[in-house]
Amino acid sequence: MSGALEAVLRVDRGAFALDAALAVAPGSVVALMGRNGAGKTTAVAAVAGLVPLDAGRVVLDGAVLEDVAARASVPPERRPVGVVQQQAALFPHLDVRANVAFGLRTRGMRGRAARERADALLAEAGLAAFADRRPSALSGGQAARVALVRTLAREPALVLLDEPLAAIDAELRPALRDAVRAQLVGFAGSALLVTHDVRDAEALADEVVVLDAGRVVQRGSLEALRRDPAAPIVTRLLAEQS
Amino acid sequence: MLVPAAIAFLLLVGPLVALLVRAPWAQLPALLAGTVLPALGLSLGTAAASTGCCVLLGVPLAVVLAGADAWPAPLRRLVRALVTTPLVLPPVVGGVALLLLLGRVGLLGGPLFQAFGVQIPFTTAAVVVAQTFVGLPFLVLGVEGALRGVDRRFVIAATTLGAGPWTRFTRVVLPLAAPGVAAGAVLAFARAIGEFGATVTFAGSLPGVTQTLPVAAYLALNSDPDAAIAISVVLMVIALVVLVALRDRWLQGLAR
Repeated sequence: MSGALEAVLRVDRGAFALDAALAVAPGSVVALMGRNGAGKTTAVAAVAGLVPLDAGRVVLDGAVLEDVAARASVPPERRPVGVVQQQAALFPHLDVRANVAFGLRTRGMRGRAARERADALLAEAGLAAFADRRPSALSGGQAARVALVRTLAREPALVLLDEPLAAIDAELRPALRDAVRAQLVGFAGSALLVTHDVRDAEALADEVVVLDAGRVVQRGSLEALRRDPAAPIVTRLLAEQS
Repeated sequence: MLVPAAIAFLLLVGPLVALLVRAPWAQLPALLAGTVLPALGLSLGTAAASTGCCVLLGVPLAVVLAGADAWPAPLRRLVRALVTTPLVLPPVVGGVALLLLLGRVGLLGGPLFQAFGVQIPFTTAAVVVAQTFVGLPFLVLGVEGALRGVDRRFVIAATTLGAGPWTRFTRVVLPLAAPGVAAGAVLAFARAIGEFGATVTFAGSLPGVTQTLPVAAYLALNSDPDAAIAISVVLMVIALVVLVALRDRWLQGLAR
C-alpha cells in the first residue's frame, strides 16, 4: 500500500483563495466534494504540480513534492501522481494501445514491451477489443475507462480523478462506476476523487472531504457526515444527485 | 451587385482561360523537353530546398512566437510585425535587401567573403535564400496558429503521464499541429515556386544555375513567346496541384 498524502494547499487567485489541508491514507479513496467553484479542481491541480502553490507543502509517502517555504518543487512530470481529467483527454493522434503505452514509454520502457504491457492492461480491464481504435471511435464511457487504464498503467502512488464520470450520460453512470471500482480494486496506491455526485462517493470512497469557498468544511466517513453535518452545504451536497 | 461580381470573376478566370486557349499544345512536348525542363528542375529543386529550410527554421520560430504570451505586448507585436514583413514587402525590395546583407560587400556577406571566400549572390544557394525569405512568413503564421490550437488538456495529460517538455512537444504538440505544418509548408512551396522579384534581384538569371521558371518565362516572352506560354502553363498546373493539396485546410491554418 502506498499513496500517503499530506498536503497543505494555499493558492491565491484574487477573489478566490484555496486554503485547505488534505490527507489521504495509503491505499484509500477520498472523495473531494463541493459546489462548482469550491476549489476542487484547483486542489487536484496543485497536488499534481500543475498549479504552483503560493504557500504550503505536498508530501507523498514521505517524499516532499512541493514545499514553498523550502523553495522545493518537483515538476509534475516527475511526481508519482496520476491524473484523469474531466474529459478523458486521450491523445487523438494515437490509438488506444499507444495511449496506454505513452506513460510507460516516458518511464523508459521500450516501444514493443510498452505495447505488450498496454495490451495486457487493456485486456484486464475488459477493453482489449478497443486497442486498435482511435479515441474518436470510443463512447464517452469507454474513453473514461481507457483514460483510467492509461493513468494506472504507470502505477502512480496517488491517482487524482477529476470528475471522471461527469461527462457521461446519467443512465450509463452506474455501470461505469462499477467498472471504475473494479479497476481501482487492483490498484495499490490511493485515490483522490473529485465529484459532486454523492453516489460516486458512496460507491468508491472510504472518506469524504467537503470543500466550500476554498476551505475544508468537514471530513469523515459518509455515514458520519450524514449523521452530523457540520454545515448546511454538507447536507445539500449529500442530497444532490446530478 | 451581380455586374461587378461577374467582372471580378472574369478578371480572375479570364487570364487563365486565355492562357489555356493560346497555349501551343502541339509543340508543348518539344518546348517542355527543350527550354522548360532545366528551369523546371531548378525550380522544383530550389523550392523543395527552401520549403525544407522554411520548416527547419520556421517551426522553431513559430514555437517561440506561440509561447511568447509572457513577453511585453509591444515587443510581441513588433516581432510578429517583423516576421510578417516579407508578406507585404515588394519582392524586389527583399532582393535588394538580401544583396545588402549577403552581397560581396554586404553586412554579413562582406566578412563571409573576406574570411572564407564564400559568395552567395547569383548562385543556386541565393535562389533558395530568396525563396526562404518570402516563404517563411506563410509557414510561421500557419504553424503558430496550429500550435495555439492544440488543446491544453492533451499537454496536461502528457505531463501527468511523465512527459517532459521535449517529449510533450515531439510526441503530442507537434503531431497534433501537423496539419498546420503541412499547410504552411505547401503555401511556402507555392510562394517559392512563383518567386520572381527577389530571385532575379539577388540571384540573377543564369540558365541552369539561378534561372527558375518565372524568371525564364519573363525572359522568354520577348525571344520565344511560345516557350513563355508553355512555362506559364506548367506553373499553372503546379498551382492547381497546390490548391488540391491544400483543399479546405489552408483557411483553417491561416485564420488564426
